Amino acid sequence: MVLVFAESPRGHFKKSAFEAVTYGKKVAELLGTDCVALTLGPVDDASVLGTYGAKRVLNLPDASLTHFDSQLYTQAIADACKQLGAQVVILGHTTTGKSVAGRLAVRLQGGLISGATGLPVLAGKNLLVEKTVFSGKAVAQYELSGAVNVISLMGNAVKPEQTGSAVASETLTLALNSSKIRVKEVKTQEGTVPLPEAEIVVSAGRGMKDPGNWGIVEDLATTLGATTACSRPVADSHWRPHHEHVGQTGIAIRPNLYIAIGISGAIQHLAGVNNSKVIVVINKDPEAPFFKAADYGVVGDLFEIVPRLNEAFKQFKAAN
Amino acid sequence: MKLLVCISQTPDTTAKISFNADNTEFNNAGVQFIMNPYDEWYALVRACELKEALGGTVTVINVGPAANETTIRKALAIGADDAVRIDADPKSAGFVAKQIAEYAKNAQFDLIFFGKETIDYNGSEVGAMVAEYLDLPFVSYASKLDLNGTVATLERDIEGGVEVLEVDLPFVLSAAKGMAEQRIPNMRGIMTARTKPLTEIPAVAFDGFEKVSQFTLPPAKAGVKLIDPNEMVELVRLLHEEAKVI
Repeated sequence: MVLVFAESPRGHFKKSAFEAVTYGKKVAELLGTDCVALTLGPVDDASVLGTYGAKRVLNLPDASLTHFDSQLYTQAIADACKQLGAQVVILGHTTTGKSVAGRLAVRLQGGLISGATGLPVLAGKNLLVEKTVFSGKAVAQYELSGAVNVISLMGNAVKPEQTGSAVASETLTLALNSSKIRVKEVKTQEGTVPLPEAEIVVSAGRGMKDPGNWGIVEDLATTLGATTACSRPVADSHWRPHHEHVGQTGIAIRPNLYIAIGISGAIQHLAGVNNSKVIVVINKDPEAPFFKAADYGVVGDLFEIVPRLNEAFKQFKAAN
Repeated sequence: MKLLVCISQTPDTTAKISFNADNTEFNNAGVQFIMNPYDEWYALVRACELKEALGGTVTVINVGPAANETTIRKALAIGADDAVRIDADPKSAGFVAKQIAEYAKNAQFDLIFFGKETIDYNGSEVGAMVAEYLDLPFVSYASKLDLNGTVATLERDIEGGVEVLEVDLPFVLSAAKGMAEQRIPNMRGIMTARTKPLTEIPAVAFDGFEKVSQFTLPPAKAGVKLIDPNEMVELVRLLHEEAKVI
């Protein structure tokens, strides 16, 4: 049996949950077994996980799981795993997933790959799974040999697929310890897609010259339904909020389309974005190192090019 | 207060990545090694700041061969008081976590610091594993940490925002940007680091359930396709028809 932890911060599923269930269903097919989804804390509508391929949907509605605590989440997932006899546990490689995956592997005495980028292949009873390493500069194939193996799935590594129908969720009862973490406040940008989940990212750097110039970047992002990001110097100068900073010290992302505007492409920036499927670079300097990592490049004045590109996308959206 | 900072040694960000002939091991030849930046800039510096403000000791621990002692001495130069090296080739996250947990389990640390991840295997695994072995809370991606007696207040990066939380000592954390500013060791620090205690401890046996079976380098990019700045309609067409991303 394949157990998928479907993350639902503050009661709402994240895209990573649908990706994880889609992936879990495929792993279950590979192993000739079923995929069971587990949700923790009160959740809006757990039955939807059936449409992504979960055969059963279990919910542990304990209010103490509303806020994240790695100890409680680990206890709940590990207990469910033992109760159900899971061979594989899958979770998203999110800040939550990353804080739980290592704990789970220790508690279950199982194998672990964190940040898997593809489906497993069977090697006898073992699983071969790939992930990127060295900040995107190489790929490592791991062989997992545990009686239970834990896989955290990199965001945007699989596309959520709704192939099944909704399944009524069953309530699970487990005795949990009390949380040692007291969450005081959660500050998030509601209404925008968080960067690690975004399929299209429009990112800008020092070439913008002034934080007051960001309107053209935001307009382009709005047209594309994209999330905005920025380079380190921009975040360090407080031109843009810290959570928009992508790169080695910021966050690593792998969207389908990354549009870099006025960013030279230092190696530390590339380390956070070089696994994007397609990279478009707009820069006035033809020698900017970013062009070496780009699929498409436009050399010229971003203040002319970005509005023009926005118009072209608008025309395309109107026609398609 | 007793603080433990776990440091890893990684190839420099700019290092060229290559593997041995059968692609099963990282090729060290000609590679410059550094202290993992997140361990150094955020975890170690914040631990030193807390010690300087509140009193106590900072111990650094590394799982690695004798060659890592240059990196360990740097941590002592930045401000740690003493160091422990578990003498082993750090084969996997599970192996490293087991070694650190064995050392820490009877040592009564108030706080155990990690960087948010290492820049080689990018797993974010070891901190969570050590917390589980020691049955302690774990706060990952902490961008701010303040202590008031035995109560810590932290900010933690989450997708698209931050979480503010409180937790009592002892606990384990992984540090992200914002936690502290990079500190360059001064001459006095470098001189005193030479004589600070560095204890070598043998590793305990550990058989994990995962290993790297093969490394590959990603296929080289085909090369950039340059588009005339006046032809943005053409760029959109290529993104739709050729790249198929819109």
